[in-house]
Parts: sequence; C-alpha cells; structure tokens
Amino acid sequence: MNAITACFHDPLLQRAMLACLLIGFANGYVSAYVVLKKSALKIGTISHGLLPGIAVAVMLVGLSQWSVLLGAMAAALFIGLGSLFMSRTSRLDQDTALGILYTTGFAAGLIIIRKIGIRQKLDEWLFGGLMSLSDSDLWIAFGISVIAILFLTAYQRSILVMLFEPNVAMSVGVPVRWLNYGLFGVVLLVLVSSLQAVGCILSVGLLVAPAATIYMFSDRPAALFYGGGLLGALGSVIAFIIAYQTDWTAGSTIVMFFGALFLLAYVFSQKYGLLARRSK
Amino acid sequence: MNATQPHYHGDHICWGHSHEPHRPHTLAVKGLAVSYREVRALEDISFETACGRTVALIGPNGAGKSSLLKAMAGVIRPDAGGIFWRGQPLLAAHQEIAYLPQRGEIDWQFPITVRGLVEMGRYAQLGNWRRFREHDREIVDKSLEAMELKNLADRQISALSGGQQQRTFIARALAQEAHVLLLDEPFTGLDTPAQEMLQRLFRSLAAEGRLLIASHHDLATVSDIFDEVLLVRKRQFAFGPVAEAFTEANIAAAYQKSTS
Repeated sequence: MNAITACFHDPLLQRAMLACLLIGFANGYVSAYVVLKKSALKIGTISHGLLPGIAVAVMLVGLSQWSVLLGAMAAALFIGLGSLFMSRTSRLDQDTALGILYTTGFAAGLIIIRKIGIRQKLDEWLFGGLMSLSDSDLWIAFGISVIAILFLTAYQRSILVMLFEPNVAMSVGVPVRWLNYGLFGVVLLVLVSSLQAVGCILSVGLLVAPAATIYMFSDRPAALFYGGGLLGALGSVIAFIIAYQTDWTAGSTIVMFFGALFLLAYVFSQKYGLLARRSK
Repeated sequence: MNATQPHYHGDHICWGHSHEPHRPHTLAVKGLAVSYREVRALEDISFETACGRTVALIGPNGAGKSSLLKAMAGVIRPDAGGIFWRGQPLLAAHQEIAYLPQRGEIDWQFPITVRGLVEMGRYAQLGNWRRFREHDREIVDKSLEAMELKNLADRQISALSGGQQQRTFIARALAQEAHVLLLDEPFTGLDTPAQEMLQRLFRSLAAEGRLLIASHHDLATVSDIFDEVLLVRKRQFAFGPVAEAFTEANIAAAYQKSTS
C-alpha cells in the first residue's frame, strides 16, 4: 500500500499519471467516434504511419517535441489522404492502398531511425515512454486533449446525425465533407498524443477499447463519449499504477488493462453481454 | 396493436402563417436531370404538387426513384434543373424537408433509443449549439404520442417491429417540424396490419398539411394510399391524380422492358 501512495509523491510519477489522465480522457472521448464510425482498423494502420514521419522529421530538422509532432502529423496525413487519392485514381480500394502505404512507410522509418542513430528513442515511439515526459510533452498532450474534446463536443449533434445516416445529414444541411476532414484531423492529433503513452503500435487500443466497453452497456451516444472519456482517464491511471508495481511496460499494461475490461463487459454485460444473450 | 387510430391534433400546419392567404404551398420540380455514380439516372423530370397530398413514385427497379428522392433531399446534386418549394430552391429551407431512407440503409444496431432518434429531429431546428429546452421536449413527446410510441420510447431501435421502426422515423420528421416528407419504400417489409396503420398515418399527415412523397413498388395498393402518382423510368412517363395518370397504358409504358 505504501508503494502506491509513493506513486503520488514522486514528481516523475506524478507527471506520468497526469499524462495518463489527459491522454486517457482524450482518447476515450474520441474512441466513441471511432467505434460508431467502425473504422478501428483503418485508424490502426494510420497510427503505424506515424513512425516514418517522425524519422524523416528528426533526420531533417533534428530531435525535438515539435519535429516529432509535426512529422507524425504529416506522415499520417500523407498516408491517409494518399490512400484515398490512390483509390480514387485507380481500381484499387482504399484498404489495399493503405496496406501498401503504411507498411512501406513503416519499413522506411525503421531503416532511417537505425541509420541516424536514435535507436534508444525507437522503443518509446513504438511502445510508449510515460516515464520520460518533459513539460512540453505534457503541454502538447493538454493542448491536443482540449482541441479534440472541444471539437467533438461542439459538433456532437452533427457528428451523430452523420454517423447514423450520412444521407440524412446531408439533407438537413450538415457539411458532411468538412466535418469528416475535421474529425480526421482530430483523430490524428489524438493518435500523436497517445504515441507518448502507449506508442504507435498499440495506440489504437486506447482509441477503441474505452467506448467499445461502454457500448456493451448503453444505448445513449452521449454515454459513449463521456463514459469513454472517464473510463479512458481512470483506466489509464490505474493501469499505470499496476505497471509501476509489477514493473511491466506501462504502455502495454494500459492497453492490456483496457482489453481485459472490454472482455469482461463483452461476457458479463447485463444488457448486451454474451451471457445475457444466451439467457434470453 | 392498439385499436385507436393515431392522429395529430391541430390545424393545417400551413395555416400557422397568418399573414399568408390560405393557399397550399407548392413543390415544383423543373427539368430535373440526375446522375448517380456517373450514370445518368433521371432526365427531364418536371411536375408540380402541393402540401396536403400524398404522391407515389412508381417505376421498375433501377428506374431512378431513389435517386429522385435523394436529389429532392439534397443528397445528390442534380446535373440540371431545380426543385422549388414555395417558389424558392428547396435546399434553402432544408429543415422543412425530412428524408427517410430505405430500411436497408439504416444501421439498426446504432446505440440509440426511440426517444433519442426522435430528439435528433430537433437538431435540424436547433443546430449544434442552441440548447434543448422544455419546448423541444414537448414537441418530442407530442411526436412520440402521435405515432403511438410513448411506451416504446426507451427501446433501442432494433428491438422494434418494422411498423414501429417506420413510425419512429416519421416521429422524427414530425419533431423536425418538417413540411415535406420524402420516404424511400416505406411500405416495404411491413405486414398487413402495419401497412394499414401506415396508410392511415399517411392520410392524417396529409390532412394536417404535410406533403408526402414516397417511392412505392406495390401497384395494387397505389390507389388506396396515394392522391397523385409519378410514373418514372429514367424519364417521366406520367404525372397526375391517380385516377388520371395511373392507367394501364401508362403503367405498361413505364414497365416495358427497355430495348437497349
């Protein structure tokens, strides 16, 4: 028990837990959109594309928070929009184009990172680095969380109408195309922020599981957003403390913790769980 | 099923505007041409109708009925021509139109209840930021009541019968205070009692001043349900009151296998 209270005194750990709260809430909140949009896998591939962007940016302008942030954003944009462009200008579908683009980029990223000698950072980008956060990392996480939550809250009605029926959304005057661009941007930002917590390979876990868990209990979209956010924040902190106690990798523990929560909900939810369905 | 017939209390909704003469509002489609996925789906569609009526869109599969509804709803942009509601382009008054998609296009597992769906109808009036007030709640309640959905308000939408689902979407259109309802195959997949109930609803909605335009594939029930009919297969074969336009000759022409 003493070890747990110790968590709250060590400044390094305080900082990591604050990051867990911020990043967890933003990811959980946005996960409602990802679940309702049914685009978890697409976003998973884009998250892998963050790595080559970071590598190229570090190679060009050196290592800093901003080069990592901007490089990651640029790469994700390039892969996301590039695959869309390829599907529109050839007979390929977007998933095929994504599959090729992100693996190519990821492979190139690995080579570049080894060549320019920043291998020690590679692990952090791949699997998260909660224990080595700077103040500016925290500020970036805070800024991203604020932008993501404000955007999704301000346009929640339009987003819901569009997710449910895009055609109806258009008929009542929702600017579907612009809203989609905005949402894509928000998802990218949130992915970049979760890079610090769980790394680019596992980031989708944090961006899907919280709302998916709530989804097993609720028929209210608002519950998915706020519930996802709360679960994301609390779950991340709890998982981080578990990781600290057990000396497991923090990012992996967080993702595994959410996976376990989801499995419990999937089996035992009184409303939509496996057992509830059986007994009906 | 409850034996009482659902009906909406109150006057003809057009008459709320006291400064206007009691004249029905017209919907005019002029020279409309629409392409869907780069294929011309409709050409040279022109007709004029007015609120208080029910209009059937009739034609074989792939005739462009859905495309016509989508163009009127502002989902697809027409290549040529226009749609005018009370003399203005219809899209200028998008909150006055409600589009009800085909059953197959709806994600029934979406985490939303009957009440939640009907509340969505208010969003068209409120936009993103105006608060949902007591007034809005009353309208939602009234809409639920008119469609006899009060007892089902907390059900998730997949836990409803086909007729109840259709009524939920109509309730949303009522909550939106829509004047024009565009319905894609609303009678498809309903059992006979549900069809009869929907038919009565069509009558009462038209009686209170709404304009209902629906694609329909059951030729036998057209004259029971609808006032006017538009026969269409890529182009317009006939338009007018059912008794005049829905003739054997016109139907045969619209359904005749194309020679191409």
